[in-house]
Amino acid sequence: MTDPRPEAQVVLRLENITKRFGKLTANGAISFDLRQGEVIALLGENGAGKTTLMNILFGHYTPDEGHVEVFGMRLPAGNPRAALAAGVGMVHQHFTLADNMTVLENIVLGTRSIWRLGFGRAQARQRIVTLMEDYGLRVDPDAQVGSLSVGERQRVEILKALFREARILILDEPTAVLTPQETDDLFATMRKAVALGLSVIFISHKLHEVMAISSRVVVLRHGKLVAEAKTSETDRAAMAQMMVGSEVAAPVVRRADPGAALVTLAGVSSPDIGSAPGLKNVDLELRAGQITGLAGVSGNGQTALADLIGGLIRPASGTFHVKGDAPRGWSPHAAISAGIARIPEDRHKTGTIADFDLTENAVLELYSRPGFSRHGWMNWRAARDFAAKIIRGYDVRCPGPETRIRLLSGGNMQKLILGRVLETAPSVVLANQPVRGLDIGALTYVHEQLLAARDRGAAVLLISEDLDEVTALSDVIHVISEGRLSPGFARGAMTPAELGVWMAGDGFEEAPHAA
Amino acid sequence: MRLEPIANPTWTRSLGLPAVALFATVVVASLLAMIAGAQPFSVLGLIVKGAFGSKFATLETLNRATPLIFTGLAVAVAFRAKLWNIGAEAQLYMGAVFTVVLGTGALAWPAFALLPTIAVAAMLAGAVVLLVPTFLKTRFSVDEVVTTLLLNFVVLLWVSMLLEGSLKDPMGLGWPKSARLIAEARLPRIAEGLRLHWGFGLALISALVVWVIQRRSTLGYEMRAVGLNPAAARFAGIPVNATLIKTALLSGGLAALAGFSEVAGLKGNLTLDISPGFGYTGIIVAMLALLNPLGVVVAALFVAGIFVGADSMSRAAGVPTYLADIMLALALLAMVLAIMLTKFRVRRD
Repeated sequence: MTDPRPEAQVVLRLENITKRFGKLTANGAISFDLRQGEVIALLGENGAGKTTLMNILFGHYTPDEGHVEVFGMRLPAGNPRAALAAGVGMVHQHFTLADNMTVLENIVLGTRSIWRLGFGRAQARQRIVTLMEDYGLRVDPDAQVGSLSVGERQRVEILKALFREARILILDEPTAVLTPQETDDLFATMRKAVALGLSVIFISHKLHEVMAISSRVVVLRHGKLVAEAKTSETDRAAMAQMMVGSEVAAPVVRRADPGAALVTLAGVSSPDIGSAPGLKNVDLELRAGQITGLAGVSGNGQTALADLIGGLIRPASGTFHVKGDAPRGWSPHAAISAGIARIPEDRHKTGTIADFDLTENAVLELYSRPGFSRHGWMNWRAARDFAAKIIRGYDVRCPGPETRIRLLSGGNMQKLILGRVLETAPSVVLANQPVRGLDIGALTYVHEQLLAARDRGAAVLLISEDLDEVTALSDVIHVISEGRLSPGFARGAMTPAELGVWMAGDGFEEAPHAA
Repeated sequence: MRLEPIANPTWTRSLGLPAVALFATVVVASLLAMIAGAQPFSVLGLIVKGAFGSKFATLETLNRATPLIFTGLAVAVAFRAKLWNIGAEAQLYMGAVFTVVLGTGALAWPAFALLPTIAVAAMLAGAVVLLVPTFLKTRFSVDEVVTTLLLNFVVLLWVSMLLEGSLKDPMGLGWPKSARLIAEARLPRIAEGLRLHWGFGLALISALVVWVIQRRSTLGYEMRAVGLNPAAARFAGIPVNATLIKTALLSGGLAALAGFSEVAGLKGNLTLDISPGFGYTGIIVAMLALLNPLGVVVAALFVAGIFVGADSMSRAAGVPTYLADIMLALALLAMVLAIMLTKFRVRRD
C-alpha cells in the first residue's frame, strides 16, 4: 500500500476511549486517528479489546470515558443509528442477512420508509450494479441469499454498507471465513475502496494479511494501545511481539509413524444440518499416532463430521467403525466410553455449562463413572479433587474449583475442557476449532497438548478454519467442501494455494451416476 | 435504558434485593388498605396476628401451608430442569382421586400398610398426568406450558364427572362429593388434640428429601445440567430426555401428594373445591423460594399466613379479603423484579 499523504483529512478520531466491565478494563484510554484513504489494521489477540472498541465506535456500547468523532463531528454515545448516518459501515463476523430474501432486497432493507409502496427497485438496482462495478463485488442481485456461499454473503454485507453511503468501513475478522482466493478478491475490493476515498479499519490477527493490505497498524494488548506503526516500517515478527509482548515460537513438530486405524469411515453420508451440508460419501481413516487435519471454509460439513465421531448423530449410510467395531446405539455416552476425547467447537454453548462451577463442569462427561458416583449419589469430594487436579495439571487460572466457569477467560475454559478429556488417556482426540478465540499463550498450550496426545499414540483429528494451523500441525491433511472430503495429503505435499483450490470445491471429481 | 448483566452479584445484592421486594410489598399493600378505609399499618399487624397470633391460628396456617409445600416443591423441581409444569392442579386432583378410590374400603388393610400404598398410588397417578405432556415435549417438541395448563381443566372436569357418577357418595344427599375415607386411610394427627395432621410432617420430609436429591444425587446434577444448558448436557452424554421424564415423575408425584394429604389428612373426602388453586399458588411459592426446596417451606408458610391472616384481618378492619390476593400478586411481581435485578443492572444512556 502507498502511504496516504500526511495532510490527508482525519475522518475518524477515537479520543481517550475507556470501557470497564466490572473490574476488567476492556479499553483503557485508547486514542487514534483514521485518515482518508488509509487502511488501519487493528491487531490484537482475542480478549485484547478489539471487538469492544469497535462496538463503542459503532454505538453498541457506551464508553465510560472518551468519545468518537467522525468527520469532525462528535458522535452521540451508544447510538448505532447516528454512527450509520455519519457514514460508518460495519461488516460483522457473523452476517446479519435474511436468507429468504434476494440480494437486492437485503441491501435495500431498512433504508426505505415502510410507508412507501414499493421501494424504487429499478433505481436501487441501478445503484447496486454501479457499486458492484466500482468495487469489484460480483454477486447476482436476484439470487436468494440463502443460496449464496459465505464469500458471496460477505460481499452482500459490504454492498449493504456501501449502499448506505458508508465512508468508513469496519471489517471485523473478514478473512476468517474465506478461502485464500476469496481473501485476495476481498483485498482487491479494499484497494478499490481506498482508491475511491474510503477509509477502512481491518480487524485481524493474521499477520501476513495485515502486511499485505494495511498502511498502518494499531496494536492492542490487554485493552491498551501498545503500539502504532506504519506497516512499511515494521515486520511480522515485530508485530507478533507487539501483540503478545514476548517472542513467539512456531511449534516444533516431529515426524511420527502412524499406527492402526482407530476410526474408519467408508462411504459415509449424513443428512444436512440446517443450511450446513451433511457428509457426502466420505472416506476417512484416523490412525493412531497421527494428527489428521481437516481444512476447509467453515460450514462445509465440519460440524456433521464432528457430530458423527462425537456421537451426536449416526451415519445415514456407509460404514462407520471405531476400533474395528461397528458401534451399535452410537451416542455421546458411547463415544466417551469408546475413548474418544471431544473438544467441541463452541466451548460456551456445548463444552461447558456457564452457571456450573469448575467442579461440576469437570465431571460433566464422567459423573456416572464409579468413583464420581455410586448408586445414584454423587461423590463431590472425588469430583472436587479431580477438578483440582485438572486446575493444577493444565494450568487453569481461576480462584478455585468453586468458581463459576462463566467467569473464566476462553483460554482457561478450554484448558479445563482439555484436562477433562485428556485425563482419561483417550485413544482418539477430536479437536474441533480447538484454538478459536484463544490468545497466543493458550493457543500454544493447546497445540502442545494435541502433539503430546499424538506422541502418546492417540489418533488426533484437528478441524480448523485456519489453514496455517492445519498445515503446521497435521501429518495428513484432508480438505472438506460441501460435505465432500478430499483424499489425504501428506505433510508438505500441497501448497496453501493448491489446498485453496480444493477448499473452493474445485478439485473434486463429480461422482459418476451419483444419486 | 438498558440492562447490563452482572457477572458476579454480591451477597448484599442477592439477599438484600428480595428483602427490599418484600418490604415494598408490605408498604404498597398497606397503602391499598388505607384506600379501602383501614388504618394503614394496622392491617399488617392484623394479618400477622390472624396468621400466627394464637395456637389455633398457627395450626390453621400450618394446615394451609401443607398442600402449598407439596405443589411448591413440584413446581420447583420441574422448573429447575426447565420443565414448565403448570399442571400441579391436575396432578393434585389425580392424587386425591386415587386416595379416595383406594381409601374408601377397597383395601381393608391396617393403616401402616394402607397409607404408604395409597401415597405411592397417588404419586404414580399424578406422575402419569405429567408424563403425557413430557413425552409430547421430548418426542414431538410440543410446548408443555400449553399441555399441562389445559390438562388442568380436563382433569377437573373428569373429577366432576366421577363425583356425579362412580365416586358419588350414596349417602351424600345428592351432593357431588365422595364417600368418606375409612379410619385406616386417614393420616393421624401429629399430637392428640392438635388440629394438625401428619401431612405437614410428610411435607417437611419431602422438602428435605428433594433438597438432598438436588444437592447430592446424580439425578439432581442431571436435572440442573439439563435446565441450565440442554445442548451441553446432551453433548456430555447426559440422557436429556430420560432426565426430563424422571423430573416429571418426581414433580407429578409431589403435586399428587398435596391431593393425598388434603383428602387423607384434612377433609376425609373428595369434593370439587378441595383445592382453591393450590396448583397455581404453588408456582408463586416456588418462585418466591427461588426454586430452593427448603425455601419452599418458608415461602409456603408466608403465603399461607397471608391467606389465613387476611380472613381475620378482613373481619377486624372491614377490608375485603381479596387484599390477600393482591398482596401475593405484589409479592410475586416484586420478587421477580428483584431476581432480575440481582442478575442485571439498569443502565441509563
